[in-house]
Amino acid sequence: MTATTLPSGPGQSASRWLHRHPRARLVSLIGAPAAWMLVLYIGSLASLFLTSLYRLNEDGSGIERVVSAQNYRTLIDKSVYFDIAVRTVKIAAIVTLVDILLALPIAFFIAKVVGVRWRRLLVAAVLVPLWASYLVKAFSWRAIIGSPGGVLDKTFGASPNYGEVGLIIVLAYLWLPFMIVPIYSGLERLPNSLLDASSDLGAHFGFTFRKVVLPLLIPSIVAGSIFTFSLSLGDYIAVDLVGGKTQVIGSVVYDNFSADLPFAAAFAVVPVVVMVAYILGIRRTGALENL
Amino acid sequence: MHFTRRVRMLFGGMTGLVLAFLYLPLAIIVILSFNTVSSLSWPPKGFTLKWWQAAMHSTGARDALFVSLKTALGATVIALVLGLLAALAVHRFKFFGRESLNLMIVLPIALPGIVTGIALNAAFRQAGFELGLLSLIIAHATFCIVVLYNNILARFRRLSPNLEEASADLGAHTFQTFLYVTFPLLRTALLAGGLLAFGLSFDEIVVTTFTAGAGLETLPIWIFKNLSRGEQQPIVTVVATAVMLLSIIPVWIAQRLTSDDGPLTGGTR
Repeated sequence: MTATTLPSGPGQSASRWLHRHPRARLVSLIGAPAAWMLVLYIGSLASLFLTSLYRLNEDGSGIERVVSAQNYRTLIDKSVYFDIAVRTVKIAAIVTLVDILLALPIAFFIAKVVGVRWRRLLVAAVLVPLWASYLVKAFSWRAIIGSPGGVLDKTFGASPNYGEVGLIIVLAYLWLPFMIVPIYSGLERLPNSLLDASSDLGAHFGFTFRKVVLPLLIPSIVAGSIFTFSLSLGDYIAVDLVGGKTQVIGSVVYDNFSADLPFAAAFAVVPVVVMVAYILGIRRTGALENL
Repeated sequence: MHFTRRVRMLFGGMTGLVLAFLYLPLAIIVILSFNTVSSLSWPPKGFTLKWWQAAMHSTGARDALFVSLKTALGATVIALVLGLLAALAVHRFKFFGRESLNLMIVLPIALPGIVTGIALNAAFRQAGFELGLLSLIIAHATFCIVVLYNNILARFRRLSPNLEEASADLGAHTFQTFLYVTFPLLRTALLAGGLLAFGLSFDEIVVTTFTAGAGLETLPIWIFKNLSRGEQQPIVTVVATAVMLLSIIPVWIAQRLTSDDGPLTGGTR
């Protein structure tokens, strides 16, 4: 019979050491990811911000590293850019709203109304379009809403054509799964007993949905809105394909990227400010844990 | 819970409409990939398989596919390691800067791709780092970390801490506990998150445009270039259809993994 001994070896001693030094344990876990995000990502954003304070030199051939707020003054003074920024935020807000309205019924149906077998199938049905190429989907919409000659025009004789309305439809389409998924997971976590209790107490379905389901879904809806809002805020490819003459922040940044990097950087700071303000505003709803 | 017939019909009907909305553009692409005319014109003129044959022999598409696969694989592996480390730290410790770390990891996906793209581009160029496969993988990994991180954290929240404590009580050291207890419980979350990150990277174009450099062509970049060249459009529809059909497999796997949680991870229902 062999006596049981405490296991030993390098794993054991390292493990003991780590157990006695919780701080080292924390650093060994957090070091790599924190360094990656801090140096690479926050560092990049900082260098973007710094670039936005520079300007092109006289003949436009290079960047003059003189710090000034000139680019930001142009953004505020020139009404074109100001209007573009406002329009972009407006489009992003409408797209988000449309997606919430479309996602709520389908997510509820999948999570609460149908049985397990159908649920699996429907969740997969929502996820597959997410894997289809973004570009190809945008291009397909180009063939659908174009007028004359597009699919809608040929079939119904009417179509929104390229422009702001078409753009909103296409963006709402592209980001819809990003809204359905968090709302669906929120509903999955919501105990059925709450719905039963509400109905046992005499509430009809509409009342239960408004007073019980919706308030509990706020974090999930907000989580979804971070995706739809931010993705709409920065898009320039779909805008180019179906937006007609619509100008948005993304298209201005993209167009100025090679010619006037400092100005492009300054305009790119606008969506950063909008998104950071949004995230800080909604942090208390617990939405960030639902992403 | 019991729903009245009216509620079922109403929600079922809306679900049907939304699904039709989701699949209409995809259906049109599939149909156009068999169209005899080489443009995105509607309605299709006739049925042909010639674009499918042409796509099989398109070296441009094949090369781009391999670049995309390499990028997505590299980014997913990095994101897997970093996301797991960050999730372990945030789950096990309360420390100064925990909230900030959380925010920092979420930020790349909460900020528009164009911001991430030109920020990384400016940083790479300032650091004298040549744009190419490596810079592309680094950029993709940066926005993929959050997917793994959130998936793993969500799993941790549903796991009972008793299991790890029991393992330690039975004499296992930290690494054994991780290897034999924690990791198997996380495995499906890692796979599901990994598949999602892979898909995210595979389809990304905005950040890619700014961080891949001129010589490197991923599949989305190849699609973008060839969609604007009329005669290549049908081949693009074929490639898109093929990718769509293949994507059903990972979606199905990921979904089975996350919905078939064992008794140990049983949720609130």
